Amino acid sequence: MDYQLNELQQMLQQSVEKYVERDYDFANRQQLAVTDLGYSEENWRQFAELGWLGVPFTEEQGGFGGGATELMVLFEAFGKALLLEPYLASVVLGGQLLARVGSAEQIERLLPAVIAGESKLALAHSEPQSRYHLSRVACSAAAQGDGFLLTGHKALVLNGQNADHLLVTARTSGDVDDPQGISLFLVPAEAAGVTVRGYRTVDSLQAAEVHLDGVELSADSVLGTVGEAHADIEWVIDQGIAALCAEALGCMESLQQATVEYLQTRKQFGVAIGQFQSLQHAAVDMFIALSQSRSMVYLAANRANADRDERRAALSAAKNFIGRAGRLIGQTAVQLHGGVGMSDELDVSHYFKRLTAINTWLGDDHHHLGQYSDSLLAK
Amino acid sequence: MQLEFSAEEEAFRLEVRDFIAANYPVEIRRRMEAGVAPGKSDFVTWQQILYQQGWIAPRWPVEYGGTGWSPVQCYIFEEEITAASTPRVMPFGLTMLGPVLMTFGSDEQKQQYLPAILDSTTWWCQGYSEPDAGSDLASLKTQAVLEGDHYRVNGSKIWTTYAHYADMMFCLVRTSSEERKQQGISFLLLDMDDPGVEVAPIITNNGLHVVNQVFLKDVRVPRENLVGEEGAGWTIAKYLLGHERTTIAGVAASRQQMRRLKEIATQELDGALPLWQSSRFRDRVAEVEIDLLALEQTNLRVLCDENAGRGPGPEASLLKVRGTEIQQQITELMAEAVGYYGLPYDKTVLTEGWGDQPPVGPDYAASLMPHYFDWRKSSIYGGSNEIQKNIIAKAVLGLG
Repeated sequence: MDYQLNELQQMLQQSVEKYVERDYDFANRQQLAVTDLGYSEENWRQFAELGWLGVPFTEEQGGFGGGATELMVLFEAFGKALLLEPYLASVVLGGQLLARVGSAEQIERLLPAVIAGESKLALAHSEPQSRYHLSRVACSAAAQGDGFLLTGHKALVLNGQNADHLLVTARTSGDVDDPQGISLFLVPAEAAGVTVRGYRTVDSLQAAEVHLDGVELSADSVLGTVGEAHADIEWVIDQGIAALCAEALGCMESLQQATVEYLQTRKQFGVAIGQFQSLQHAAVDMFIALSQSRSMVYLAANRANADRDERRAALSAAKNFIGRAGRLIGQTAVQLHGGVGMSDELDVSHYFKRLTAINTWLGDDHHHLGQYSDSLLAK
Repeated sequence: MQLEFSAEEEAFRLEVRDFIAANYPVEIRRRMEAGVAPGKSDFVTWQQILYQQGWIAPRWPVEYGGTGWSPVQCYIFEEEITAASTPRVMPFGLTMLGPVLMTFGSDEQKQQYLPAILDSTTWWCQGYSEPDAGSDLASLKTQAVLEGDHYRVNGSKIWTTYAHYADMMFCLVRTSSEERKQQGISFLLLDMDDPGVEVAPIITNNGLHVVNQVFLKDVRVPRENLVGEEGAGWTIAKYLLGHERTTIAGVAASRQQMRRLKEIATQELDGALPLWQSSRFRDRVAEVEIDLLALEQTNLRVLCDENAGRGPGPEASLLKVRGTEIQQQITELMAEAVGYYGLPYDKTVLTEGWGDQPPVGPDYAASLMPHYFDWRKSSIYGGSNEIQKNIIAKAVLGLG
């Protein structure tokens, strides 16, 4: 048993931590967040040059040959930086799904451009009534000649407005809750019938509603086997969960550090407020949640490629725990900062908002408690 | 990162499991599994079986009778003996006093006391808390005055677990009044058979007798029973408290209790269906199980640090806090699982089982509510959880 990163992982960690510390300051981030794009193309090009966009792909595919642990290292640093760039959407969700199920020809056509930062992807899966259930797909893909006709509404498509290609799930058979009959399509964002309504989310990231009104697709737009996408969607969502948990950990670490510093320096009643036991114990509760969150982030990365049932249960456990810990740490950090913790100017507000949004993305703590709880029945 | 046990460690686990299966007396196992409180002979019998195997003191240095196992092996061993519902190995001699004597004791003291700790022929109890010294332990008042070759000891110790079984007590006494209350405290070994020692039972909220108040009136303790220097008691006490923090979380015991909880919830009916089918109940169990998973992973991280020679720091206090909170939540869910049948109370059943009479309600129900009451102690003993948080605030976060 060993909880240490290997040498390559440590090098990656040093490189990303140095970058976010030196080149990704909060004031700059806040300016980027309100631009039309919502992040920096220049940063994205730099990520490509640093090789980060290829981290989870095999060397054969032009990648770094990493996996969930390497992504964990990146995302913990991204969390500290409150990173805006669409790494989760384009690389973790879109890129990894393409690399997993795409044909050699499809991968060759698109993945090198993703790794080079020239192409960006988005996964369009959730729908207004699906909440977090991965098998609830109402969007339909009717057979039309040799190809398909896509109709439906995809909700909260992360980075949907900035992607040149969408990976869209639609039903080719079965009822709305049936895991069978879900297919995955590669859809160019400019295809006729695709309408993208982009917006900002509460944490200053970008998402979109995607409407598909009779989008005509050829047969070679299908990624993987027709009707069999559900297991791969589950897998890639679990990769996303592991990454989000690590990002949340980075946010929590920053909040913990900021809060302890504040308690040591803010004076009331003639003393540093960290002298007061009720505030000390609240800060200790943050520390306890943070320490255990780190353990769960390691567990999530470690189980991200385990067999399906073990993987799903572990990732649900991690997402649930991180969701609760993030809420406790976010809320306590705001409370212990007092009035200043409410101000938009302070990064504390933005870590709090990002943690809140992370809980919602890919299933909140309540959803994953239910998933984990149901998994106990099978044991 | 490699978060699984190695093949060698799994083989070791099987060796331990096989040994327990072959050697754990079935009559003790039956009582323990029925939730009956173990008595002195149950503890001693099981400890002597482990002693015969050479496994009674895994963490002791080999030259003193330890096993030479790695911290991870020790952890696996604890998991297995706990999963098999064996009586808890009493910590007073083996995990508390033993290491203290090895570090601070004289050669004579080591020779005199360590062998009888190992073979469980001497039962030790711990004399720390006093009626007016709980969380503020250093304010203890029990006085030891040197008179020639003896100390004359006067005072009282409280919450003394199994003092009524004990042959000897290690205790903290005040040998002088100094400027700081942590100074002037000494560490003494006291014979419970000596004149002037009186043990008065304290019945706790489950109706059982486990803890006591010990009155010490003009007890004469030979000077050679002083451990370390006079006035070194606080240093020794801190050493003792800092020892073996990685088992403090009680993860193995909570895992075992969690298995029991699921069995009970599977047997209990809520209408036509087992309670376990109710997602309202199961979700609450699931949340505690996720918390336990997080604690276990944290415990293993601390353990791996220990394996690599980095001892657990004050952050180990979090293991105590979360460990006891989770234990308490499980006892609560267990009592709740049996519904109305948590309420019938019969003290004899708690110590002897149902015997020949048919149980009132399910046979597993009688001990659950008393156990829930009793386990409130876990967040109070061993340095209350609030004291643990003070330690983290000061030593880890630099507050206060």
